[in-house]
Amino acid sequence: MKQGFFEIKENVALTSNVYKMALKGDTSHVTNCGQFVNIKLDGLFLRRPISVCDCEGDLLTIIYKVVGKGTEQMSKMVAGEKLDVLTGLGNGYDTSVSGNHPMLLGGGVGVPPMYMLCKKLVSEGKKISVVLGFNKADEVFYEDEFKALGASVAVTTVDGSYGVKGFVTDVMKNADYSYFYTCGPEPMLRAVYKTSKTIGQFSFEERMGCGFGACMGCSCKTVTGYKRICKDGPVLTKEEILWEE
Amino acid sequence: MGRMSVDLCGIELDNPVIPASGTFGFGYEFAELYDINILGTFSFKGTTKEARFGNPTPRIAECPSGMINSVGLQNPGVEKVISEELVKLKKCFSKPVMANVSGFSVDEYVYTCEKIDKCDQVGWLEVNVSCPNVHGGGMSFGTSPEAAAEVTRAVKAVTTKPVIIKLSPNVTDIVSIAKACEEAGADGISLINTLLGMRIDLRTRRPVIANKMGGFSGSAIFPVAVRMVYQVAHAVDIPVVGMGGVSSAEDVIEMMLAGATAVEVGAANLVDPFACKNIVEELPRVMDKYGITSLKDIIGGVK
Repeated sequence: MKQGFFEIKENVALTSNVYKMALKGDTSHVTNCGQFVNIKLDGLFLRRPISVCDCEGDLLTIIYKVVGKGTEQMSKMVAGEKLDVLTGLGNGYDTSVSGNHPMLLGGGVGVPPMYMLCKKLVSEGKKISVVLGFNKADEVFYEDEFKALGASVAVTTVDGSYGVKGFVTDVMKNADYSYFYTCGPEPMLRAVYKTSKTIGQFSFEERMGCGFGACMGCSCKTVTGYKRICKDGPVLTKEEILWEE
Repeated sequence: MGRMSVDLCGIELDNPVIPASGTFGFGYEFAELYDINILGTFSFKGTTKEARFGNPTPRIAECPSGMINSVGLQNPGVEKVISEELVKLKKCFSKPVMANVSGFSVDEYVYTCEKIDKCDQVGWLEVNVSCPNVHGGGMSFGTSPEAAAEVTRAVKAVTTKPVIIKLSPNVTDIVSIAKACEEAGADGISLINTLLGMRIDLRTRRPVIANKMGGFSGSAIFPVAVRMVYQVAHAVDIPVVGMGGVSSAEDVIEMMLAGATAVEVGAANLVDPFACKNIVEELPRVMDKYGITSLKDIIGGVK
């Protein structure tokens, strides 16, 4: 983990409420895909944890949805402004177990961490299927970016206004894959858990206090004991997940 | 003995800065970030007789200048704290540590304190009779002078190290409780634990915290903490450890002027993992600014 100041290079809307922010700074502690950063914002007490979408050289990209005061404040920031960011948080995805043709399933703002993961898997020479799930056509983002990495991409929308009508699991149930990785809202994760025919990795979201393992604010129960989503996660394997009723 | 050193119940602290229980784990997470031996000491994660998972999530809520937590004393239980956590801590912390203990009955407090009292690494026992996040225990011992005194007496009977009783602000008369603990043999008082608070999500029309309520901490509660430290410090003759919303070297000095011998820093650690390091490093400069030669001289300076 490292605390550092990042300069905003770009902050653009991808949809009506999803933004992409490029940050320049010391990214040396971002060591894996699937990690997150924790951002301090003026006037707010707790930091805001946001997953890392991409990291190249000294440029860090995050994609966030405006859901409350913190993200709304972020959406109004402009290039040149600086942010206090904790980097290198969380375990991230393990790509060594993916097999030759893994499937990546992202839903809504669960899509961004799939991007850096996809990039890594591509660099390892794997053949990748990506399924991106959204509610409707005007919420879709990053389809072209995944295609540009060389992945085969399917998009689903719940109302059928774009791509396949339905959920990411409607694509998954008929697909062939060696392993899977997923991130998205919990109902989607539960559906993927039930639909999947192989083992895989899930990235979880939880309200956090610190983001680095100190406060026990984001603990969950797993097959292998209590885990902190921020420090021992956010990625858990299918085998260790215990769903709360 | 430096100009920042203070004496807490017979043990010399290099400086009065102490990360508060529940915001610093068992130290080693922070030892990856900086040498935690620069601290006066720290109070480790609240420990109970049995292992506890704690409360359901969400356990955390944002507040103006603060936060609510409802962790519910998640900890691995006293046996594992001694056999695993303290062993890991030994590798990165060479000073006496403050052991924070909670319980659900007098017997549990006695059991846990007796075990921890035998650990060489432990300098003080901070007995938490004030956790707002567990039902049927914790705070109920800290809300009546008789119950707080009963825990104090029972723990003192089985321990040799200084016993500091950590009090709840969620009471009508904190002074009477502090005095009852002093009369029962407490070596020190620490205060304040968190204030009971609540937030409601307007979209879901449900409490943000799964357990509905939780402990409110952060800079918002600092004035309440200063007031209570002042009241208690002027009513008892044992050292007082002040805490509640402390986030700067200036806050440390204010707490000491109110009567604190040492000062704990809580929620600030969660927002800035280097908060305590920064405070320790800033203290000499702030002391100079206000003409303070030695911190010992200012304890309880405000009459």
